[in-house]
Amino acid sequence: MAMFILRRVGIMILTALSLTFIVFFLTNLYPNLEKLAKTQGDFRMSDEEVASYLNRNGYLQPMAVKYGQWIGVLPGFVIDDRDGVTRGHCIAPGTAPEDAPRFCGILQGEWGHSTVFKEDVGKILNDKLALTGRLMLWVMLLMVPTALVLGVLAGMREGSRTDRTLSTVAITTTATPEYVSGVLFIAIFASTAVGLKWFKGTATGAMDQATFENFFLPVLTIALYGMGYIARMTRASMAEVMTAQYIRTARLKGVSFPNIVMKHALRNALIAPFTVIMLQFPWLLNGVVIVETLFNYKGFGWTLVQAAGNNDIELLLAVSVVSVVVVLVTQFISDIGYVYLNPRISVS
Amino acid sequence: MEALGWSDIILRILQQFTPVWIALVVTFALSITFKRRLGLYGKLFDSPIGMIGFAMVMFWVFTGIFGGAFDMITTHDVLEQSASMKNKGPGWPYSKMTGTPDPNAYPYYLLGGDNLGRDVFSRMIVGAWEVIKIAPFASLFAFMVGITLGLPAGYYGGKLDTILSFMANLILAFPVILLFYLLVTPEIVLTGIPVYMAAVLFVFPIVFLILLWNSRFHTQPQRRNIYVGVTLVIGLWLYLGIAWDADPLGIVSFPPNLLVVFVAVVFVNTPTVFRIVRGLTMDIKTRDYVAAAQTRGERPWYIMLWEILPNARGPLLVDFCLRIGYTTILLGTLGFFGLGLSPESPDWGSTINEGRKLLTMYLHPALPPALALLSLVLGLNLLADGLREESLRD
Repeated sequence: MAMFILRRVGIMILTALSLTFIVFFLTNLYPNLEKLAKTQGDFRMSDEEVASYLNRNGYLQPMAVKYGQWIGVLPGFVIDDRDGVTRGHCIAPGTAPEDAPRFCGILQGEWGHSTVFKEDVGKILNDKLALTGRLMLWVMLLMVPTALVLGVLAGMREGSRTDRTLSTVAITTTATPEYVSGVLFIAIFASTAVGLKWFKGTATGAMDQATFENFFLPVLTIALYGMGYIARMTRASMAEVMTAQYIRTARLKGVSFPNIVMKHALRNALIAPFTVIMLQFPWLLNGVVIVETLFNYKGFGWTLVQAAGNNDIELLLAVSVVSVVVVLVTQFISDIGYVYLNPRISVS
Repeated sequence: MEALGWSDIILRILQQFTPVWIALVVTFALSITFKRRLGLYGKLFDSPIGMIGFAMVMFWVFTGIFGGAFDMITTHDVLEQSASMKNKGPGWPYSKMTGTPDPNAYPYYLLGGDNLGRDVFSRMIVGAWEVIKIAPFASLFAFMVGITLGLPAGYYGGKLDTILSFMANLILAFPVILLFYLLVTPEIVLTGIPVYMAAVLFVFPIVFLILLWNSRFHTQPQRRNIYVGVTLVIGLWLYLGIAWDADPLGIVSFPPNLLVVFVAVVFVNTPTVFRIVRGLTMDIKTRDYVAAAQTRGERPWYIMLWEILPNARGPLLVDFCLRIGYTTILLGTLGFFGLGLSPESPDWGSTINEGRKLLTMYLHPALPPALALLSLVLGLNLLADGLREESLRD
């Protein structure tokens, strides 16, 4: 087991390094840097001015060196500028160059500086993750129990009318991407022209004070897309368990149907959905980006769009580190959890 | 002129779709008549869910072809703006702020006008064409790449499998939207990376077909040479035209911004297909008929392509339908974030994005494309469900 975990952690680190390098490489391509220089300086900069801006800020070093600096294994970029002031990546404004640390990368806990928000990336991440965490918490609280109940009810008696109806509902929700269901929900529940006017069409207010009125629609929109998939997996797993020998034995012994479902079938039927729920996290991330844009909820997904749209390199890297870690950790948990839940599987 | 009532609007819309209804009726009549001779496709018509799904999908396919390619269903030009039609509701009579409108023009905007005064109905129809001409081919390409890599990974296992699986997981660990933002921006297009990716990805269909012919007919060199030769000539011609925009005859070309979208969508879909094919191969290679083929002395690629692949067709076909649906969703996502396609493009994602900005005031510009996308993807899901049931039955 220890070997297994060690190997998985090794692969995770390798994956995270490769992925961040890909993001690093793509954001540091020259046309992207040129765009960055022009948004930071002004849009009418000549090619030479762009080059000198980039050079001054250390963007023109070799890719591998820049990556090493970002990680924190190479000393940060330092340059003596034309006016004789020593500037560098690790030298915060107002501190003497001699006092500044030599290394400032992820390993030192320095996430860098956002060029869009003019703020420390670490602080932005903290704020935004807290907002998105709240959103995700409610999504999970709504999605997981509903999906499991739907799946169990449908899989309990395969082929029955309940099964058909619930399966159709599940298919419909998986076929509705967030940007469609979100638009439909706003049209039905939040439009000022027609409709029910039950909820608010934006969730901007929910960032300070989340109420049922301004927070329910975004939560529902994200939850719905994932719900169908989990429900279908639960249904398949439940239907399989219900045909197993020990369930038949229990029925022949005269155990009541609710008892069979609750005590005998449910535990075994929930192993597969557990993995699926864990693997849903990366998908939820997508939903979060769309829904936060649609409902103007300025969380992690919204930040991703802003960072990517403006080629804010350090913020984008931080965002991808977080999302990659989320993906890898959930995969890891799902593997480990699967082994624990299912005694028939062993890792060695 | 007065605005149309809802019953009039519905009648007129149904009337506009006449070619689609005819095509649908013909398709269904022919298919149901000959369903016993049509294999799995015929069996689809035994399952009500499959039939409903198929009807929904074919509705949009015909709409796309007739409306987008032949200009039959649309009532107005999709790019033409009329200032007096801005945000007007469904059924509003067509007029122009300046100048007299063309007397031959259709007298109404059936589903109203959007915020620039363009016809919502026509844009929805042409949006179907945007999807129909990309999604199935992108899925097909993803499948060819996924199969060509997944079969050997599952069959040989070992180092090859480890490396390919690592790469697949790498791509899967990216949030899709981040990947799109990194790949589908004008700046990245300038660097030429999408073209290189296209150059790599588009080789796979040619490789796949050559392996397919060679493994089957290598005992009959004459036939093999013909098949491989034809594949090479046509394949390389299309390859040069599509990936490098360097067709020596100057016939085949591909709009660069569409190429980026296409490549991005194929790239995102490939790892999942790879994983499915790999899993199926690992399962099927333990069967007796594979052992029999190995004992006969068949070569690995023959076993993979002609023994394993045909036996994996059921799950693959089902996944293919789902994948077209997923690709449709991805294309919508791209449009929704305004990536890749031009802002004027009538594709559903962009139209939804345009419409959502005024959504609380005007519903009609955003709802038709949203419902259209929903019904197409739902149709594909139902079709996949029907296919799954029917392919499990035999």
